[in-house]
Amino acid sequence: MKYLLKHTLIATSVAATMGLATAAHAETEMVVVSWGGAYTASQQKAYHEPYMAANSDVKIINDDSAGEAVAKLRAMNEAGNVTWALVDMVASDAILLCEEGLLEEIDHDTALAAAPDGTLASEDFGDMIVSPCYIPQIVYSTTFGYRTDLVKEAPTSINDIFDLEKIPGKRSLEKKPINNLEWALIADGVSPDEVYDILETEEGVDRALAKLDTIKDSVIWWDKGAQTPQLLADGEVVIGSTYNGRLFSVIEEEKQPIAMMWDWQVFDLDGWVIPKGAPHREEVAKYLTFATDTQRLADQAKYISYGPARASSAPLVGKHADLGIEMSPHMPTAPDNAKNTLLYNYEFWADNRDDLTERFNSWLAQ
Amino acid sequence: MATNAAVINEQLVTADGVPLRTSLARAQRRNRLRALSLVLPLFLFIAITFFWPIVDMLFRSVENQLVGEVMHRSAPLLQDWDESSGELPDETVFAALAEDFKEARETKTSGKVGRRLNYEKPGFSGLFRKTARKAPKLEAPFKDAFIKADKKWGKVEMWQVFKRESTPYTISYYLAAMDMGYGDTGEIARNAENKRIYMKLFWRTVWISLLITALCLLLAYPISYLLSVLPVAKSNLLIILVLLPFWTSLLVRTTAWIALLQQEGVINDIVVWLGFVADDNRLQMIHNRTGTIIAMVHILLPFMVLPLYSVMKTIPPSYMRAAKSLGATPFTAFVRVYIPNTIAGVGAGAILVFILAIGYYITPALVGGQSGTLISNFIAFHMSSSLNWGLAAALGSILLAVVLALYFIYDKIVGFDNMKLG
Amino acid sequence: MALPTYATPLERVWHYSYLTICGLIFFFLIAPIIIIIPLSFNSVPFFTFTQEMLTLDPAGYSLKWYQDFFTNLNWQGAVKNSFIIAVIATIISTTLGTIAALGLSRPEMPYKSAIMGILISPMIVPLIISAAGMYFFYTKIGLASTHLGVILAHAALGTPFVVITVTATLVGFDHSLTRAAAMLGASPTRTFFKVIVPLILPGVISGALFAFITSFDEVVVVLFVGSYEQRTIPWQMFSGIREQISPTILAVATLLVIFSIMLLTSVELLRRRGERLRGIRTT
Repeated sequence: MKYLLKHTLIATSVAATMGLATAAHAETEMVVVSWGGAYTASQQKAYHEPYMAANSDVKIINDDSAGEAVAKLRAMNEAGNVTWALVDMVASDAILLCEEGLLEEIDHDTALAAAPDGTLASEDFGDMIVSPCYIPQIVYSTTFGYRTDLVKEAPTSINDIFDLEKIPGKRSLEKKPINNLEWALIADGVSPDEVYDILETEEGVDRALAKLDTIKDSVIWWDKGAQTPQLLADGEVVIGSTYNGRLFSVIEEEKQPIAMMWDWQVFDLDGWVIPKGAPHREEVAKYLTFATDTQRLADQAKYISYGPARASSAPLVGKHADLGIEMSPHMPTAPDNAKNTLLYNYEFWADNRDDLTERFNSWLAQ
Repeated sequence: MATNAAVINEQLVTADGVPLRTSLARAQRRNRLRALSLVLPLFLFIAITFFWPIVDMLFRSVENQLVGEVMHRSAPLLQDWDESSGELPDETVFAALAEDFKEARETKTSGKVGRRLNYEKPGFSGLFRKTARKAPKLEAPFKDAFIKADKKWGKVEMWQVFKRESTPYTISYYLAAMDMGYGDTGEIARNAENKRIYMKLFWRTVWISLLITALCLLLAYPISYLLSVLPVAKSNLLIILVLLPFWTSLLVRTTAWIALLQQEGVINDIVVWLGFVADDNRLQMIHNRTGTIIAMVHILLPFMVLPLYSVMKTIPPSYMRAAKSLGATPFTAFVRVYIPNTIAGVGAGAILVFILAIGYYITPALVGGQSGTLISNFIAFHMSSSLNWGLAAALGSILLAVVLALYFIYDKIVGFDNMKLG
Repeated sequence: MALPTYATPLERVWHYSYLTICGLIFFFLIAPIIIIIPLSFNSVPFFTFTQEMLTLDPAGYSLKWYQDFFTNLNWQGAVKNSFIIAVIATIISTTLGTIAALGLSRPEMPYKSAIMGILISPMIVPLIISAAGMYFFYTKIGLASTHLGVILAHAALGTPFVVITVTATLVGFDHSLTRAAAMLGASPTRTFFKVIVPLILPGVISGALFAFITSFDEVVVVLFVGSYEQRTIPWQMFSGIREQISPTILAVATLLVIFSIMLLTSVELLRRRGERLRGIRTT
């Protein structure tokens, strides 16, 4: 028994010592923060790996905490110790943090590569540059996927989400008022141009929440992009919203019996920001010039169905790297998919996010 | 004849002539100091790494220096403005505000202030953003310039909120945590029905924790009794079945329950196979309150069993035999003799489980869905998503106060030095 | 607990149904933990028993989730971090806790109950509050997202366990042994190492194991105070459960269960050894 005791303790200490023996790093380690899952995988293949192959003294480490990036960056800024080199952020958060002075401003024309035909970066990206701190990367959309084998008839419009008779079963929606309130109003008959005007009023919000009330008991609320594909694959929900690239992944790569419903998808931007005080500034600048050039952005489209933000990249979008299928039809911007689209209203949500989130949470808690 | 003690002047003295009483007192003080000095390192360590952060958090729940610091010219002037007069502040305030905005634009601090005020009244975020952008072009007369830049500067309510929140300390976070706020009139009142969340959530947390405690008690009592009356060899074996869950990672247990309770999980499969439930009408046991309760009862059950067991072990079996020999039925003996003797264990276990339950975060986050989230999930939400750290700190302080109150009661019932861990 | 021969039929029925109820409760306690073990060998990425598994068809079983665990960088980093942080935190908390417990168990200790209450509080205060406080404070002093910050936090959370177990051990400690050693000419240091330590060692190691498992298992504080570089096994599991529920998590869970069994066995053996050394027999 003493033998057993001694050996249990030794086993634990050995395991710990093995853990303590780490190899020293002589290279530059850049921590790049992104969203994880299929999205980070596509960045890894299209940007990080080619860059590391060309620059053997650089090691890019993926941190999947982009979901908490705003809070963590604020905290890092307060502490005066920023450990992240580059962060992938959605446009609304970037606008916010840029105004708070937490991000570096970029001169797009000098910092980023021009298009092959000589168009300057600021023109190539055009309206996508929503903030001086922002380097757009992709256009993605939040839209719906459904189980083809679990629905009686295929859903075709946003009204079907709210129709429990046509599509019985559970839905999954994001645990935020963003997008859900807009969809509720459109399904309630509001014209898309008036949605935000109506949401500025109390009655408008009440109307949207009342519409959501009709399906509230059948909703599972997600807060991470990977949850809806998982819920669909498990059969926990029959239709759910998430980012279109995640749905592409689960449909084409994992071959689950799921199909997309693009009606009233909401466009948004995802891109890079450089935190103020970030380490390895010069390396990051080099990396950015490489990773945001025309070919690279088109390359990312080989792995995930998000549209490149540069105009010059669009014609270069080709086939999926492993599956060999044409990517263009799967892009949010493809004509067949983009019949009814909403663009994320940055101004509205910047002002009203806190208040509407509180109302939404209160409604949820009832 | 003792050589160490002598009697001089009717007083006992030690060998060096000091009265025995003083010597004894000195020696005892030395011993006490020695004992205290042994405790000191840990005490300091806990003070720095644990207590001070919590005190800091309490501070954050009332701290409000941002507005006053950034708007350092206009805020003091605003204190002289009478907010109930119904009139806007005068030109000097606007002039100071223009200077503040110009400076804030350079230092990029206007966004933070706008956000802070936005918590109180939506619209401030956009207002500050627009004004900061236009700041360099503002010139006298400033009042008109501001109102031209954005109409909201002409509204008294905006100024009222601005003045109210320029003080270095504020209770608005605590008010928000209790679902109250300053209404349109500027008075403290309960929030509108559709904005009340936190009291409801506190109540739900307490209610679910009570339910979990009761269920744990119900399940723990039989097995603790069994363990206490079995011969030691057998009970040691069975106690492993209690200790193994106790020692297993919380996440492992929660994962196990996800696997079991899912729609396509083990329990639903069994129930469908047995024919109790149709295949398209499977039980929804996860992502809701049921999931939270089941998983948390499982996780907290050992915490109820162990104190109960240690108390039950000390009850002599002769009590029950005596009761029966005096004519009681086994049932009466049990209810009137045994149960009262176990109250200490019941109290200890119940309070422990309750305290642990109300603070839980992980399990509700993973299996609770919407109806099963507890107050700690909201604290976490405000810390990492909405970034309203003041509100997170206020909610945390309220929770802490409740727990400390219960901790106090635990001390009265059990005593801190009587805590055992199996 | 045996049924006496003169028990009435009603009493028999009650006795056996009572045992059944207890059996069910024990089953409730242990089944979830046991059931994930076979599920971790599932060959398809589902959390349930497939047809092949139930018919014990070898095609339904596979080791691929274990393979994923051992090759995945995320998990490897998590394992490394978990052990480093837990070991160092345990050393700190055991040292400080033992010394404090020695002080607390002295008969002349003033304000014992109050101080004990304060020292145990990290165990009682809800983790979310500790995590929130530490998050705000450690970012201010630059300790957030560092290994040191997480280690200090875990050490603070582990000390109550050491204090409780060592004071419990010292309750039965016969202080006349120290006086006897002093009478025989031993200096206080020598007494400490030769007399006190061997006797309290089982309690100290027991407390150390408790502190170790607390740190090893802890996820809320790591989520807030640490970041990706400090990812521990529970951190990775928590992210994994929300990101993609692949049975790799079940494989990790199984390994953790085995690890817990090892630790549990150590604690049990230590407890028996301690009791034997102090002359308590339990036969």
